[in-house]
Amino acid sequence: MDVTFQFDWQAAIDSIPYLLEGIPWTLLISFGGLAIGFIIGIVFGLLRISPIAILRWPAIAYIEVFRGTPVLVQVLFIFYGLPQIIGGPINALTAGIAAIALNAGAYISEIVRGGVQSIEKGQREAGLSLGLSRTQAFRYIIWPQAFRRMIPALGNQGIVSIKDTSLFSVIGVGELVRQGQIYIATTFTALEVYFMVAMMYLAITLSLSFALRQIERRGLVGQ
Amino acid sequence: MNEVTHTSPKTGDHEPIVRLDKVNKHFGKLHVMQDIDLEVAPGEVVVIVGASGSGKSTLIRCVNGLEEFQGGRIVVDGNELLPNGKSGKTLQTIRTEVGMVFQQFNLFPHLSVLDNVTLAPMKVRNWPRDKALDTAHKLLARVGIEDQAEKYPSQLSGGQQQRVALARALAMEPRLMLFDEPTSALDPEMIGEVLDAMRELANDGMTMMIVTHEMGFAREVADRVIFVHGGRIVEQGPPHEVFDHPRHERTQSFLSRVLKH
Repeated sequence: MDVTFQFDWQAAIDSIPYLLEGIPWTLLISFGGLAIGFIIGIVFGLLRISPIAILRWPAIAYIEVFRGTPVLVQVLFIFYGLPQIIGGPINALTAGIAAIALNAGAYISEIVRGGVQSIEKGQREAGLSLGLSRTQAFRYIIWPQAFRRMIPALGNQGIVSIKDTSLFSVIGVGELVRQGQIYIATTFTALEVYFMVAMMYLAITLSLSFALRQIERRGLVGQ
Repeated sequence: MNEVTHTSPKTGDHEPIVRLDKVNKHFGKLHVMQDIDLEVAPGEVVVIVGASGSGKSTLIRCVNGLEEFQGGRIVVDGNELLPNGKSGKTLQTIRTEVGMVFQQFNLFPHLSVLDNVTLAPMKVRNWPRDKALDTAHKLLARVGIEDQAEKYPSQLSGGQQQRVALARALAMEPRLMLFDEPTSALDPEMIGEVLDAMRELANDGMTMMIVTHEMGFAREVADRVIFVHGGRIVEQGPPHEVFDHPRHERTQSFLSRVLKH
């Protein structure tokens, strides 16, 4: 057997237009899911630290369930399982966005909780002592500071969620990995195509890291 | 009743601005305030001294509701605080009229000096920005840091930060100022500038309740010195009486320890 390692650059380049078609789907699922997940995270993160047990416990349950089960199982459950309950199909894109939203939402809840709890008690006291209501103290004093501290962890979560969308090739969304798999099925150029797929994920995640660094730098004024 | 006028018709000028009646507070098993009775007259400067853990900080933190108490009553400028945190809206009314300066300054690090000072007047008193800015500049000038207005707290020295904190509290035009060990976190060379600003405030007639370890300052500025021990007011009187002729044994031993340094 004569096996020589050969990386066919032409094959890699040829796959690009095809793979690029997957990127809008990857971005839509990632950022759509993250945007909803962020809202979920704020709501449940704050419920999580509520002094009222009836509010706190559902938040804890949600966080534990969606952090403690794989996102792949979550999306399979939503895509194949839920239709049996609601009696109609769920499209793959919706299932993907929902899975990212619920999964990232659970992690972001914990990020929000940690961020808010990290602000010194004296900040709130100073706000209240000036006559601000509890809501005002949160909005003008605690949240802006907590949010800045949350940015690195949120960036991490963004990168994780972007990569998680690759799992959704199993439900047939035409995202990056799915596009690659289809292309490889006819060209048998797995090495080159998966390399290019990896590069495209890297391009997305590096762009996000860069953008976050800019935001963080601007946000650091006054700290 | 939400009284926001500055000469409260309900109390008048002869009535005390702060009145504590048999106030009791427990931290678990600890009885940190025991039957505290105290009245503070308008314009009076009361300095509260005592060993750490004696309950003196807790006492002034009860006055603006940062600490709950379990029994008795506290009336501030005609508004009554209820035990166990049941005061509701009254609490915010009282806090609007009572300023506080903290040991750790507690400036808002994400806001400029100017924004630190204008935030509450704009959000609580609903002042227009122009008025809030005007007041802020005047107050910052009064405490000697008008040229730092655009900076952020982290760019200032401890003494400057504490003076900003004083300006921030004064911007709400409080009827009463509380000071919780305002110089304890400062480097020695910065204590003087903060005490100077407080002295000036006292001379302007502000009603002040001050917890401090600065006995020289207390002697000079206080109208009345209160010695607290074990959650009780053990002794009180004009500074020369309490400092020079303490009647109570606890006061004597406390003073002999702190005045040596």
